[in-house]
Amino acid sequence: MTTVTQQTEMVAEEHPIAPYLRMDRIPHIWCPTCGIGTAVKCFATALEETGVDLDKTAVVSGIGCTGRVAGYMKLDAFHTTHGRAIPFATGLKLGRPELLVIVFSGDGDLAGIGGNHFIHAARRNIDLLIIMVNNFIYGMTGGQNAPTTPLTARSSTMPFGNFERPFNLPHLAASCGATYVARWTSLHIRRLTKSFKEGIERKGFRFIEVIAPCSTLYARLNKLGTGFNLMRFYHDNAEICHGADTRDLGIDFQNKLICGKFVDEERPTFLESMHEHYNKILGDRYVPIPPEGGMIHG
Amino acid sequence: MKADPAGVLTGAHYLDGDFACGEGAMAAGCRFTAGYPITPSTEVVERIARRFPTMGGLFIQMEDEMASMAAIVGASWTGTKTLTVTSGPGFSLMMENIGLAVMMETPCVVVNVQRGGPSTGLPTMTGQADMMQARWGSHGDYEIIALSPQSPQEAFDLMIDAFNLAELYRVPVLFMMDECVGHMTEKVVIPPAEEIEIVPRTLTSVPPGEYWPYHVNGKYVPEFARAGDGYRFHTTGLTHDERGYPDMSAECQEKCVHRLLEKIKNNADKIVRFDEEQTDGADVVVVSYGITARVARMGVDLARKKGLKVGIIRLIVVWPFPEKRIRELAGNIKAFVVPEINYGQMVLEVERCAAGQASAICVPHGGGGVHDPNDICEAIVRAAK
Repeated sequence: MTTVTQQTEMVAEEHPIAPYLRMDRIPHIWCPTCGIGTAVKCFATALEETGVDLDKTAVVSGIGCTGRVAGYMKLDAFHTTHGRAIPFATGLKLGRPELLVIVFSGDGDLAGIGGNHFIHAARRNIDLLIIMVNNFIYGMTGGQNAPTTPLTARSSTMPFGNFERPFNLPHLAASCGATYVARWTSLHIRRLTKSFKEGIERKGFRFIEVIAPCSTLYARLNKLGTGFNLMRFYHDNAEICHGADTRDLGIDFQNKLICGKFVDEERPTFLESMHEHYNKILGDRYVPIPPEGGMIHG
Repeated sequence: MKADPAGVLTGAHYLDGDFACGEGAMAAGCRFTAGYPITPSTEVVERIARRFPTMGGLFIQMEDEMASMAAIVGASWTGTKTLTVTSGPGFSLMMENIGLAVMMETPCVVVNVQRGGPSTGLPTMTGQADMMQARWGSHGDYEIIALSPQSPQEAFDLMIDAFNLAELYRVPVLFMMDECVGHMTEKVVIPPAEEIEIVPRTLTSVPPGEYWPYHVNGKYVPEFARAGDGYRFHTTGLTHDERGYPDMSAECQEKCVHRLLEKIKNNADKIVRFDEEQTDGADVVVVSYGITARVARMGVDLARKKGLKVGIIRLIVVWPFPEKRIRELAGNIKAFVVPEINYGQMVLEVERCAAGQASAICVPHGGGGVHDPNDICEAIVRAAK
């Protein structure tokens, strides 16, 4: 039974995050009750509340459902190839160091096909905020098994249930040297927004995992009801444990989910290490790439 | 504009082709290079890695060639001129993001110091068997620009042209060296910076808010806005309209891809470059490129000593192919002889353009070495009969 409350006096002329979106591209492609939209809302709110210079902020996505985020953000936005959002973003950041570069993509894109880039960018501590929506599955191609599909969960390519051990992504990121690691579900609106704000303000390789199981395919294949039921389940079974040992953050099928902020530390970024090193070795001969880019223009 | 003196090592040097290629890139204004080590190309980035920190350039060794290619496409969107360097196996891995650079119209240069293939093949020995991969290797329809130097001096000179062409047409330019040219050491003269003409990255004058990244206004090449200047543009590898927005329709596909082809095809006369020698009255014309052009010259000299009338076409720009000139010559000669260090790649293009008016004779070499000039001479003798 549903209750509809009429609150016409609260109807705004424009959605509060409309200035951050390409409204000429709305409606978006995401399914009803998909968690990606909520993550985008939190991200836009975080951009607003941190007051970053949007002209100097770029967003890069790979391919997949979350890979469409770049296409809706009213920023310098790059919708790149499958798995290569992180190296593309690395070029963008190193080419013009003054930019705030955010990678917004999915688990298949960043941890599957792009997994190698993920670990190396973390190792180098490239100054990137990585927002990864984990939907447990390859959504856009029709619900195939992902490196994040929980054990025993069904996918279209594991019709009898998944027997491959999935990644524990916060642990992977932390062990490769990420400076900031957090996980929330897309129903943890305020906490997720706060993490995004922290992620925007920190330096180095920052990784935020957003749990949003695919409300269409993962829900249907695993008979978990509607997307909302699924989200509700993970929200209600989330245990917030800041600073948890990242080894304990694996995700089991329909079990409790540990959320929180696990890593928040400072470490010299790739560019800082490079500047420090070359200054020491080369002294006055060192000419760093200018913050506004190494271009030669007429 | 003139080259930035910081990148120009003016003087006479004794350099191998790989080093000369790296010097050419720096002189051309390249200030971002991403690469992954692979023989026989690595010396190019070694040279750059050593010199970049003193000229405001940044080199990063990426985790693989896919990352290297993606990084130079990303960095190019900051307005920085970018380069990556590889050989066959890495070139294969770069293909997808070369396609991305084509689709997003991103200027950049990719060097392939060719070795023998397929697969790991002959890592330390020469080949020219990636010429068709350069043209067709990424999926979908596209046109590309590729150059092939025959000497260390030309590796330097043509790198400048490669960067300039990338800027003019907003396309990845492929620099198809071979291991022989890469590893041979010869005199290389680097002119003063004020004698090197470079095409700068030209930024759009259209203000943010009115700018569409793929609006061409009747021209072939759209105006460029870089990330971080307030344009808040969108670009994608998907088929897109002039706003850079995805549009999944046959109509948009036609419009989008057609222009990518036309901007190269319809400017081919300006891009195509080749050396031509003694083709007037020739019975046979030898078509070659890279190291093979130098070996072929010896074969031609041998044939000329036998009294044969032999002309030479040496491809400098390999793609687009000098279609018109080959077609014209085909009407006047008996045959083209095409030696190349593969089992017949560019000869297919010669044959297509000759269209039955003259025969096109392949002189193959599997790789790992260069032709015996006598084999080329014999092919010319047979062709002249």
